[in-house]
Amino acid sequence: MSGLRILVPIKRVIDYAVKPRVNRAQTAVETANVKHSMNPFDELSIEEAVRLRERKVPVSEIVAFSAGPPKSQDILRTAMAMGADRGIHVVVEDKDPQLEPLGVAKLLKKVVDEQKSNLVILGKQSIDDDAAQTGQMLAGLLNWPQATQASKVQVEGETVTVTKEVDGGVETVRAKLPMIITTDLRLNEPRYASLPNIMKAKKKPLEKKTLKDYELDAAPRLKTIKVTEPPPRKGGVKVEDVDGMISKLKELGAL
Amino acid sequence: MATSSRFVASLRRTALSPRASPCIKRIRPVTQVRWTGSTSATSEPHQPDAKGTVKGGPAPAKAVKFTSEMYPEIQRNSKFTNLSEEHVKYFKDMLGSESAVVESFSKDASEDIEPYNSDWMRKYRGHAKLVLKPATTEEVSRILKYCNDNMLAVVPQGGNTGLVGGSVPVFDEIVINLQRMDKIRSFDEVSGILVADAGVILEVADNFLAEKKHIFPLDLGAKGSCQIGGNVATNAGGLRLLRYGSLHGNVLGIEAVLPDGTVIDDLLELRKNNTGYDIKQLFIGGEGTIGIITGISILCPQRSPAVNVAYFGLESFEHAQKAFRAAKNQLSEILSAFEMMDGRTQKLLNKATGKKLPLEGEHPFYCLIETSGSNTDHDSEKLQNFLENVMETEIVSDGVVAQDQTQMGELWSCREGVSEALGHWGGVYKYDLSLPIADMYDLVNDVRDRLTEVGLVGDDDSHPVVDAVGYGHMGDANLHLNVPVRRYDKEVEKQLEPYVYEWVQKKNGSISAEHGLGITKKPYIGYSRSDTMIKLMKQIKNLYDPNGIMNPYKYI
Repeated sequence: MSGLRILVPIKRVIDYAVKPRVNRAQTAVETANVKHSMNPFDELSIEEAVRLRERKVPVSEIVAFSAGPPKSQDILRTAMAMGADRGIHVVVEDKDPQLEPLGVAKLLKKVVDEQKSNLVILGKQSIDDDAAQTGQMLAGLLNWPQATQASKVQVEGETVTVTKEVDGGVETVRAKLPMIITTDLRLNEPRYASLPNIMKAKKKPLEKKTLKDYELDAAPRLKTIKVTEPPPRKGGVKVEDVDGMISKLKELGAL
Repeated sequence: MATSSRFVASLRRTALSPRASPCIKRIRPVTQVRWTGSTSATSEPHQPDAKGTVKGGPAPAKAVKFTSEMYPEIQRNSKFTNLSEEHVKYFKDMLGSESAVVESFSKDASEDIEPYNSDWMRKYRGHAKLVLKPATTEEVSRILKYCNDNMLAVVPQGGNTGLVGGSVPVFDEIVINLQRMDKIRSFDEVSGILVADAGVILEVADNFLAEKKHIFPLDLGAKGSCQIGGNVATNAGGLRLLRYGSLHGNVLGIEAVLPDGTVIDDLLELRKNNTGYDIKQLFIGGEGTIGIITGISILCPQRSPAVNVAYFGLESFEHAQKAFRAAKNQLSEILSAFEMMDGRTQKLLNKATGKKLPLEGEHPFYCLIETSGSNTDHDSEKLQNFLENVMETEIVSDGVVAQDQTQMGELWSCREGVSEALGHWGGVYKYDLSLPIADMYDLVNDVRDRLTEVGLVGDDDSHPVVDAVGYGHMGDANLHLNVPVRRYDKEVEKQLEPYVYEWVQKKNGSISAEHGLGITKKPYIGYSRSDTMIKLMKQIKNLYDPNGIMNPYKYI
């Protein structure tokens, strides 16, 4: 075997420290002028791929892939600054119909074929849609084994051992390459993009493509009818002293 | 929307660096509870929170020596009346509510009163037996009038996060704590002027403004505890001064109460007002020696939606200066903070908190740069060019750029967490100095050499001093010289003072850049101010507070 050819699909999402707001028309979440970054689970995927290489596992290439608006370039550059060798960007403008998990999985299948990848590391879900389907669907389409929610990954030759956190403990699974891994929170701690690496990343190849290049019909099957915010939490009240608290509790029927 | 996974995702990093509380504060969404981030109680074991309750373990305050014992040269002024039960009864009747008075006369309430008696650095501790918490300006006025008539000394107190012992009593002064005056009175979205009670917590005010897309022009590490009234009374500087300027410029009006009970209602909302002496400036940085600030109106700038943070390692202090010049030159109007930390502070931060540092390897100096502007693309381009430039010209040896909000918070915690981390070994001698930038760091080296020569510095318990380190607001030419110690020791103090002050005087610097005078620096004001200036100041003090009841034994 010549080494791992790792594909890491990443997504540009609203930064998880930002509180998302629904737009006025209640059709979607407001994305204009909102801080975006790489989906945190995808950061873990990139980090894990880079760590595999650092652990002297033979890795011949790490390719970061993203489908999204032109600005997704930024996160691809970040991925390359963290250690990916090159990037592929399928431009999907905001005004175009957005991809659903199945569409992404179909697209990824074509990319896997094209790039001859033998290991795909995906975040277990993206924090904007929370679908948590893409990895599994891709495994189905490729007919590859999958290990989801990885908290530890070990590669020995053709064999991959993955520890995953499940209810009530950990589960260890093993499979032969090629395979799909989806990442969970405790897998690793992503590194910072260092300045020298950010500059190197600028020179790494970034291929720009469109959905047409992959001859993919990714028309959405679902229609979003309405997006609403969760009901606001009711504020508490302050009481002056213990007596005040007791009478308040009585008033509310808690005592 | 994916609230749950967002939350977990942010937990991931914080769980891995559980002590990085300042970063949690920075990124905490406004809807969350104010105190969730303040998990680190080790070096602030008895700092009262907004409710005046004590967080952290049982009062280790017993270990804090009384100021009157540590500094026997300070004598209680016999002109002040001793507090009696009659006084306490008067205040109880006046304030009515039970939560407004904490006293240890009729019952043993020493544990309740302890947080008001000592400062968070565990350096000063008073003997106060009475704490009053007025809820209105009117109550403050009546309290002060009574105290003035009866010659009762008082200490105004905000969040009690000061570093020079200005907000804690020395003897039996009555503590007037403003935590119950915590209402935001008004905000004008057109002019950006906020009017609020003095007891509003800085972070609460800033969160309120964030909702309105504005920002409080002051930010500092203690923002979760400190109150805006106290910030104004001490003219706090902080992290945003480089961008937004000092409170002397941003505060447009104040409401204050004079010792005789007179209420000064000067809560103007005017940017321009050339009508006579600008009296409010005396209260800004007056440290509660001529009156108590009860409300402020302050000009708040638009909040910048695009913020970037970068953190560098540098070879020498020279390089840090070069980086600062390059930053001013190339980032110009979007540069909002330029902070410097020496390698030792970062190493100690790592030792004290276990926090993993952002850069591999060790560097003698570190800088943190923040840019804020209105257009992400414009800012990123500028920043990228700047970063490329400083890397290519080898001004910086290594660096990282925050890719998301959490990383921003993590990088900031490398600077904001320093002050707290240095207290880890027991105590810190802190000096807050304004110096010419070029000479700034020489002082730290000189002090370290001096302490090392007499054998006070070492790695084990037999040596009181852990190290001498420097960090600070490079953009404002403001150095924080810190000497973390295992115990406060007269020998160490003798080596430091007046040596540090003489050093600063030689360079025409200031012995108090942003921390104030309090009790710590009262004896040393002469190093930075001429006799004439001090005389003028004393005249003002005597004019407004002829009985001298306001915050005695401190300031000038």
